Amino acid sequence: MRWIWIDRVLELQRGQRLVAIKNVTMAEEHLHDHFAEVTGEDGRTIHAAMPVMPGSLVVEGMAQSAGILVGHAEDFREKVVLAKVTKVRLDRDATPGTTIRHTAEIALQSGQGAATRGTVDLFDHANPEAGWETIGRIDLMFSHLDRNIAGLEFPEHNFVFNSTFRTLLQSSGIDCDF
Amino acid sequence: MNRDEIFEKVREVLVEALGVDDDEVTPEASLAADLGAESIDFLDIVFQLEQAFGFKIEQGELFPENVTQDPEFVKDGLVTEKGLAMLRERLPHIDFSKLDDDPQITRVAQVFTVDALVNFCERKLAA
Repeated sequence: MRWIWIDRVLELQRGQRLVAIKNVTMAEEHLHDHFAEVTGEDGRTIHAAMPVMPGSLVVEGMAQSAGILVGHAEDFREKVVLAKVTKVRLDRDATPGTTIRHTAEIALQSGQGAATRGTVDLFDHANPEAGWETIGRIDLMFSHLDRNIAGLEFPEHNFVFNSTFRTLLQSSGIDCDF
Repeated sequence: MNRDEIFEKVREVLVEALGVDDDEVTPEASLAADLGAESIDFLDIVFQLEQAFGFKIEQGELFPENVTQDPEFVKDGLVTEKGLAMLRERLPHIDFSKLDDDPQITRVAQVFTVDALVNFCERKLAA
């Protein structure tokens, strides 16, 4: 079982760019704890509950978007793993009722791995006139696990691109054969 | 581009890739021991040097690969003479003399210094 932090891939240009969206909903249990209401001993509210998508999961959503892009470039033969969070900047929280859009681009790719650049945009359904607002940038590095510099060996089976990813891609209308 | 200019560019790359301060990046600093580079950082450094200098670096050209797994090159935790000769031939930008007296494989990382990167870039630019 693997948590998928994107709902749909909207665009995929081989080896170049992938666009995916994630709807933030109150059905996500962690939003009830992140952040829960804080009350004093007398039961009065000190801080009201403030459900926001954790920034770390926004990074994971970008990692999945960019990871698929990197994997797709090599027909999902490589085990593509997140190796380094190079740079993250998120200027605004994503709350329930908004949609996050991840745009990932490959900056550099070699046999060993890839560096990606990402833009995070937010669409607030309560304020549709505002359109997509850029709320952050996430640059990442991925390693092709079987070609690691240390020469370590891993199982032959590609455990990175599993059936969950396949379902995501197929339901996005993208052909995949892994 | 002279050697000082190359050093400055290499310094910028390392500050960016490893999150270290400018003054930590000295010619003799070792990437792993002094600047805290981990294995994935070496790929990041390769990518960033390519961008900074506009040349292409092939796999295994800047840092050695598949050395430790080869029993001809490493025996009982020590780099063999054959291994050292191979490293010198493949990676002429690195000064391996530190390993002559004590060729423990664990010491190999220490020879990857900032100076070795500057040597590498100087050779690439002159080629």
